[in-house]
Amino acid sequence: MREIRLALLEADVNFKVVKSFTAQVKERCLGSGVLDSLDPGQQVIKVVDSELGALMGGASRELALAPSGTTVILMAGLQGSGKTTACAKLAKHLGDQGKSVALAACDTQRPAAVEQLATMGKRSGATVFEQGTERDPVDIAEWATAQARSQGIDVLIVDTAGRLHVDEELMDQLAAIRKRTKPHDILLVLDAMTGQDAVNVAETFAERIDFDGVLLTKLDGDARGGAALSVKAVTGKPILYASTGERIEQLERFHPERMASRILGMGDVLSLIEKAEEVSDADQAAELERKIRKQQFTLEDFLTQMKQVRKMGPLQNVLGMMPGMGGKAAKQLREVEMDDRELDRLEAIILSMTPAERADPTMIDGSRRKRIARGSGTTVQAVNNLVKQFAQMRKMMSQLAKGKMPDPAQLMRQMR
Amino acid sequence: MPVEWEQLIDLGSREGAGPGPPEPEHGAEPGDRPGRLRRLRERLSKSREALRAELSASLFDHLDDETWERLEEALILADVGATATAEIVTRLEQEVEAGRVQGPEATRGRLVELLAERAAAEPPRLELSAKPTVIMVVGVNGTGKTTTIGKLAAVLRERFGLGVIVAAADTYRAAAIEQLEAWADRAGVEIVRGNPGGDPGAVVFDAIAAAEARGADVVIADTAGRLHTHGNLMEELTKVRRVTAKRLEGAPHETLIVIDSTTGQNGLRQARAFADSVELSGVVLTKLDGTAKGGIALAIAGELELPVKLIGVGEELEDLRPFDAEEFAGALVGE
Ligand SMILES: Nc1nc2c(ncn2[C@@H]2O[C@H](COP(=O)(O)OP(=O)(O)OP(=O)(O)O)[C@@H](O)[C@H]2O)c(=O)[nH]1
Ligand SMILES: [Mg+2]
Repeated sequence: MREIRLALLEADVNFKVVKSFTAQVKERCLGSGVLDSLDPGQQVIKVVDSELGALMGGASRELALAPSGTTVILMAGLQGSGKTTACAKLAKHLGDQGKSVALAACDTQRPAAVEQLATMGKRSGATVFEQGTERDPVDIAEWATAQARSQGIDVLIVDTAGRLHVDEELMDQLAAIRKRTKPHDILLVLDAMTGQDAVNVAETFAERIDFDGVLLTKLDGDARGGAALSVKAVTGKPILYASTGERIEQLERFHPERMASRILGMGDVLSLIEKAEEVSDADQAAELERKIRKQQFTLEDFLTQMKQVRKMGPLQNVLGMMPGMGGKAAKQLREVEMDDRELDRLEAIILSMTPAERADPTMIDGSRRKRIARGSGTTVQAVNNLVKQFAQMRKMMSQLAKGKMPDPAQLMRQMR
Repeated sequence: MPVEWEQLIDLGSREGAGPGPPEPEHGAEPGDRPGRLRRLRERLSKSREALRAELSASLFDHLDDETWERLEEALILADVGATATAEIVTRLEQEVEAGRVQGPEATRGRLVELLAERAAAEPPRLELSAKPTVIMVVGVNGTGKTTTIGKLAAVLRERFGLGVIVAAADTYRAAAIEQLEAWADRAGVEIVRGNPGGDPGAVVFDAIAAAEARGADVVIADTAGRLHTHGNLMEELTKVRRVTAKRLEGAPHETLIVIDSTTGQNGLRQARAFADSVELSGVVLTKLDGTAKGGIALAIAGELELPVKLIGVGEELEDLRPFDAEEFAGALVGE
């Protein structure tokens, strides 16, 4: 029980929540005779996991979109929690579902916040309603709502300035924006790295604007995200979305039961499986697995995969979602780790190779490297790196495929 | 006794830029306006209130198990972390039991001392003796890097009469350059900027060249926020540092990581990863004007021997202060 307490505290679950939670687990364990069973450790974990899952909120929930007319979504949160980026992502997410989306730039406080929303809004394909920084944000919000309605826009997302929950004046302003725009949904944007203070923040925001749900950001980091649990426990508000990177499509529906295992540090297998299912069909996957196992995976496959992986998020996200990929494995992986900006470069390099080179990178000698570097606008060193990294990756992937990765099905059984 | 800017900033034997504001007729060092001080105090006290409720003044009147439990609770709620909390409380408990510390006053005093020692072994210094001095500012997304740079530039210019150039080396995030530009404007300092999507190292390179050409004293480089788990964004940062060092010997002279005080235990991982990539020289703890205590700074200072040098207490130009270990420790336990 002490270990569980420590694990939860280490994951930033609020002290008071931890206390009542462990008391509850203890009670249930005592009541069900778990401690007398053959494998008490396993059983306790099971209880902890199911209690955590229940606490995190059962089934996931949807936004309450208006049946007709313009749905207004108000976004609020502390400074630096990631609101502006989240607005653009949500716009993209809803836009992809065929909705027409607009953004209202009501952060007149932070320098260049309007420009940031305008730029990101454009990237997301949404219309941006902005009136500079001189007008009162409450008026801008009201104006934007009227604009959206008259233009027949399906969803209006209102970005607001970051504010401290103890800042009376700004909290009043937020309440006023809420009153004037009558939002259908209010989302609290919460940084997954938040510590013990999350409960104070969430409680105050709940009191003042009665938000409907939480959008959890920066989940692509290694924060265990215990704050999400605290907020749920204290306010009862569900977590709707998870943001997992700086790129605009990196927003997902939130899965409470997965968060529970993340908080306990189990790795997010389910997310990975679902993602993979989303982007590749089963035959393709089987073929790929065979190739990986036999180390016949070529750069050509890599290119195809890369395009799919990019739909899933940065590679280290994907790898990080596998259990057992924390700690030492993660360190190993760092050598082959890459992200979006680099993926662009990699793509260019591979595209500059001949099909033969892609199939067998070992044939790429000095003069070929020079040619490829020139063709892709990179350096010989970059080409070297790619070839080296690819060889490493191929080896590691084949090891993983040969069963160092726990069987996900079995894991799921363990989980419930 | 609050720590003064003059105690923090080390100008060495630099010529030409002695301490003191360049325009004495204003007579207005930013720290001396009474209204401002009051505001600061108000802000700081706000951040203490929550904990004061937790740790009443009479906590140490009767020392029993509950006392230590309450103390543990308060420190954990301040994000000090379970390990550091256990260490500190055990140590205090032992000293009390051994009779080395007696009475409620002394116990509280010793607690603050223990916390302060952990936060900073010695008074932190910001090393600005080289000309130009390069300060690189790093951290995860949204912690307050750009804002801190704006504030710091203002202090160095107004209070110390230094010529400051800020380098817009966040070429990645939308409107990051415009944001720094606005701050440079407010602080009355120059900015060197590149193009969105451009090479961040080149921007720092250009800023150093500009500083040399114009005889500026300090270059402060803003960098894009990045999560410490993204290996090659961290590598990019290493590269910026390498370019900087190549361009100017000894640079960057200070590399500060900005930590948001609402951050929980992940803050330690952030500091570790950034220290691995760029060799940090200090911490800036921001957003202390909220209710978060920033206790993770204790863990960072303790494990990485990385002193907190500056704190952010608001969104205005003057809301930056030298770190004061005793004051910070006091706030942690609600003084
Ligand atoms: N209340 C308060 N807000 C702060 C403080 N420092 C920064 N902020 C706010 O935090 C938000 C983020 O600050 P930035 O300076 O843009 O942070 P950054 O680290 O440069 O962010 P990125 O470049 O996007 O990673 C802004 O809204 C700032 O006004 C502080 O000490 N107190
Ligand atoms: Mg910035």
